Amino acid sequence: MRFRLKEGGRIDRAQRLRFTFNGRSYEGYAGDTLASALIASGTHLTSRSFKYHRPRGILTAGAEEPSALVQLGEGARTEPNLRATQVELYDGLTAAGVNAWPSANCDLAAWTGRLAPLFPAGFYYKTFLWPASFWKSLYEPAIRRMAGLGRAPEAPDPDSYDKMNIHCDVLVVGGGPAGISAALAAGEAGARVMLVDDEATLGGALVGLRHRVDGVDGAAWAQAAAGRLAAMEEVRVLTRTTLFGYYDHNSLSAFERRTDHLGPGAPAGTSRQRLWNIKAGRVVLATGAHERPLVFADNDRPGILLASAAQRYLNQYAALPGERAVLFTNNDAAYEVAHDIVEAGGTVGAVVDCRPEPAAPLAPALKEAGVALHTGSAIAATHGTKRVRSVTVAKLDGDGGLSGEQYRIFCDSVLVSGGWNPAVHLFSQSAGKLTYEEARGIFLPGTATQALEVAGAANGSFGLAACLAEGAAIGARAAEAAGFGDGTPPPAPPVEAPEPGAITPYWLAPGLKPLGHGKAKHMVDHQDDVTAADIRLAAREGFRSVEHVKRYTTVGMGTDQGKTANVNGLAILADALGKTVPEVGFTTYRPPYTPVTFGALAGRDTGALMDPVRRTAMHVWHEAAGTVFEPVGQWHRPWWYPKRRDDKHAAVARECRAVREAAGILDASTLGKIDIKGPDATTLLDMVYTNAFSTLKVGRVRYGLMCGDDGMVFDDGTTARLGENHYLMTTTTGNAAHVLEWLEEWLQTEWPELKVYCTSVTEQWATVALAGPRARDVLAALAPEMALDAHSFPFMSVKEGVVAGVNARVFRISFTGELSFEINVPWSHGRRLWDALMEAGAEHGITPYGTEAMHVLRAERGFIIVGQETDGTTTPHDLGMDWIVSKKKADFLGKRAWNREDSRREDRKQLVGILTDDPKKVLPEGTQLVDKRGQPPIPMIGHVTSSYASPTLGRSIALALVKGGRARKGETIYAAPETGFLPCKITEPVFYDSEGAKRDG
Amino acid sequence: MLWIDCPWCGARPESEFRYGGEAHIARPDPATTDDAGWGDYLFMRSNPKGVHAERWMHREGCRRWFNALRDTVSNDVLTIYPMGTPRPDAPGDEAEGG
Repeated sequence: MRFRLKEGGRIDRAQRLRFTFNGRSYEGYAGDTLASALIASGTHLTSRSFKYHRPRGILTAGAEEPSALVQLGEGARTEPNLRATQVELYDGLTAAGVNAWPSANCDLAAWTGRLAPLFPAGFYYKTFLWPASFWKSLYEPAIRRMAGLGRAPEAPDPDSYDKMNIHCDVLVVGGGPAGISAALAAGEAGARVMLVDDEATLGGALVGLRHRVDGVDGAAWAQAAAGRLAAMEEVRVLTRTTLFGYYDHNSLSAFERRTDHLGPGAPAGTSRQRLWNIKAGRVVLATGAHERPLVFADNDRPGILLASAAQRYLNQYAALPGERAVLFTNNDAAYEVAHDIVEAGGTVGAVVDCRPEPAAPLAPALKEAGVALHTGSAIAATHGTKRVRSVTVAKLDGDGGLSGEQYRIFCDSVLVSGGWNPAVHLFSQSAGKLTYEEARGIFLPGTATQALEVAGAANGSFGLAACLAEGAAIGARAAEAAGFGDGTPPPAPPVEAPEPGAITPYWLAPGLKPLGHGKAKHMVDHQDDVTAADIRLAAREGFRSVEHVKRYTTVGMGTDQGKTANVNGLAILADALGKTVPEVGFTTYRPPYTPVTFGALAGRDTGALMDPVRRTAMHVWHEAAGTVFEPVGQWHRPWWYPKRRDDKHAAVARECRAVREAAGILDASTLGKIDIKGPDATTLLDMVYTNAFSTLKVGRVRYGLMCGDDGMVFDDGTTARLGENHYLMTTTTGNAAHVLEWLEEWLQTEWPELKVYCTSVTEQWATVALAGPRARDVLAALAPEMALDAHSFPFMSVKEGVVAGVNARVFRISFTGELSFEINVPWSHGRRLWDALMEAGAEHGITPYGTEAMHVLRAERGFIIVGQETDGTTTPHDLGMDWIVSKKKADFLGKRAWNREDSRREDRKQLVGILTDDPKKVLPEGTQLVDKRGQPPIPMIGHVTSSYASPTLGRSIALALVKGGRARKGETIYAAPETGFLPCKITEPVFYDSEGAKRDG
Repeated sequence: MLWIDCPWCGARPESEFRYGGEAHIARPDPATTDDAGWGDYLFMRSNPKGVHAERWMHREGCRRWFNALRDTVSNDVLTIYPMGTPRPDAPGDEAEGG
């Protein structure tokens, strides 16, 4: 720790921590970040840059860091692209810089930097245009290996995460002087306050400065304030928490890191990170400001960092940036950094100020301390490879060019200050409008669209006294708006701090050669390797919109979202276009402010908890039978029942045969069931179904199709008339909630005069479909008092009675084509019914069957499944189901649309059967169909919607939608090229018992 | 996340609601509406920048439909009013009522 001062700083020298970086062992102290510990050890080189693999170091000391990105940890807990400036040090930490192989120090891909002239803006767009197939197979994998950042972990995440939902009166974002005083003012007024800050302790900029508040050191004042806030009952302070998203209606999201700073010492049972969803009455944004770099030739060498960052490393972490620093600035405030370094015993070789006649108050003191002042000058070149070793300082002429007078100054660090950008990210996310202030060259919060105010540096108030006063005033106002206090702010404490002083915006320092010539790079975006020359090139190539330039050059598109790059890039673009900055405009800020882990976003909603699972009353039986389940919506339905190790194909064939030859039972409890009651129930059904229900007799059942008013089928099912004004409607399993909502929508919005109640009873009735020629025999054993013959209990009717000792509703409907009874009993008796059927059916060879066999059986019989044979553009006529469309009803949903010309086209896709010439070939569902063999492109005439190997027919069968297909029966068409142009015949879409002879058993 | 003042359940987060598109689009008489008119009813919506009358349903709560005026620029929900009542006036609202 060569560059660590003997005393001072806010680190705990009693706790030494060991860590490994890029394979080397280091030591640091508790209170360090990875970046501060590296700087204290003299290491600035951390990683390689994204595109050119240029050596990169630490530029900042906070969340805005673009270049010191590291891969932290190993194995399942490894995490890519973390900012070294925000990784708190713990004992045993291991990390490595990203984008370097085998290491940042010896990077084998650094040759890309020498090829830099070949990588201009838009390089990827320009170079890899053709042929398209090469992009996927060759270019992209190669680029991803070379460029790209860290590696995602490959093992499952071993940690747990939580989500919190919280309401507060006042949310204060940022725990610097403005945020603290806002929280104190609002909290003292009695409001429920949340204060969120992304650092380990409160204090913000105060922690890195030597300013004094209320007679004590600023950081100590912040600590005392934290104590006062902690004592307030209605105040919650979250540190290590990044407010990353500002959404509508003052809904905000924050990302809390609870145990990351403890490393392996994290307590078991504590979630690693938490996502906070906050609903705030008023928001105070005290998000501070980011110092912006100056853009000059080769301004990205390790050892070149922001002046304020060096100041923070010095004052908070007691680490000097190097042996000898050079300061390059356009403003007075940065002089304080040189002053702090000199006072701490460090050496500042020179201050280079681009302004011709600066009047910084600290300049005389620095001169006295032996620091050379170069005014009206700029750094025109930097030298050194893995660390800056010297700079060339050049005198500027009156037009901003170089006058010719040059000096070489040796140094191992360059401290840069181009002024301060208010951190308006969250304000902008909130849909607030930004305004541009020419004098300081900054974007400021303008008109807010939500209930918020901006305080302190984020509002352009850079002075400490102003921050404290503004924070207190806004905090008190916010509390008053929530009904607490009278809006009078508490008195602001006295401060001892310099005023921010003068600044002259300075966007681009000339190099020794014209921009874009020679090897020097004026880096604008350190993370994405975007240079000033790239932005000028984009302007020359005709890009005008800032949004287009961003995408073309990728400026501001990294994980740092251009926090240090955007304003500089924008000003350089404006200059190249001959426009003002406000004329060029600003790109949109979007969440997240800094990256958020997927773990925190997912919280506990992973694995079995990702989505609720719905199980039927017979589920335990299915499980015991070794059933393979199929998820249908949230339901888990038996898919097939393997027996004696048979595979899916064998099991499905066995189940199908049992239904066709003996008896099978299916757990049909998941079908949607809606109980419809009321004097206008019949009117409602006549409107929502294509066929008539007014003619349905009590005790009878009718199959119906439901269409939208666009005429397209969206659900089907049977509806039984249980009484004059009482119906039971069934829907498809996956569409049950949607159909109920559909009915309710029409009743509430279009036909409020109808007196009808609709109630979901899906989970009130357990349903078993008993199907097969022996079905009647099985049921007879369980319902001796029920007349089951075809005359007494005809097809499409319903009976109430006792089955297996339980009151039941029995429907004679069939989805298989066989004689079939759907038995409904109260849900809690479902298992009892199932067991009784299995027992009574044993002598008849009863076999449980799953959804796969059900699909095969219904396809053999030509019954459609909505969502499989239909896709939202299919009418009843397309399905050949004209028979179910009423000609008599004056109006119902869907009817009007079928008079449209498009609905009457002859070449609409129509439902047909498909038989492959080779009976063994089963076409994949979704297969495209064509008229003839040949070289693609070939016009597609349709597609396969259902396809199975039919055990009953001993061959493959398929249903398909084919253009004008009904008129083409008997014709040969071909399956798509992928299947080798298999010839197939168009047939009727019914393959089994087209006369319906089997339905009565 | 919008916060919507359900007339029955009070202010609740948007995720509990279902959006129902533009309000005041009555189903026309199919017997007297030509194809273009039917197409307008099915597909054409005003999509204004500014005050928008729209329908919401509190799906995870009372399951009742209601109308709202929302400013599509600020996303402020200006007014909540029952189904079947005419569109009320809103500040800056220049569209026709009813």
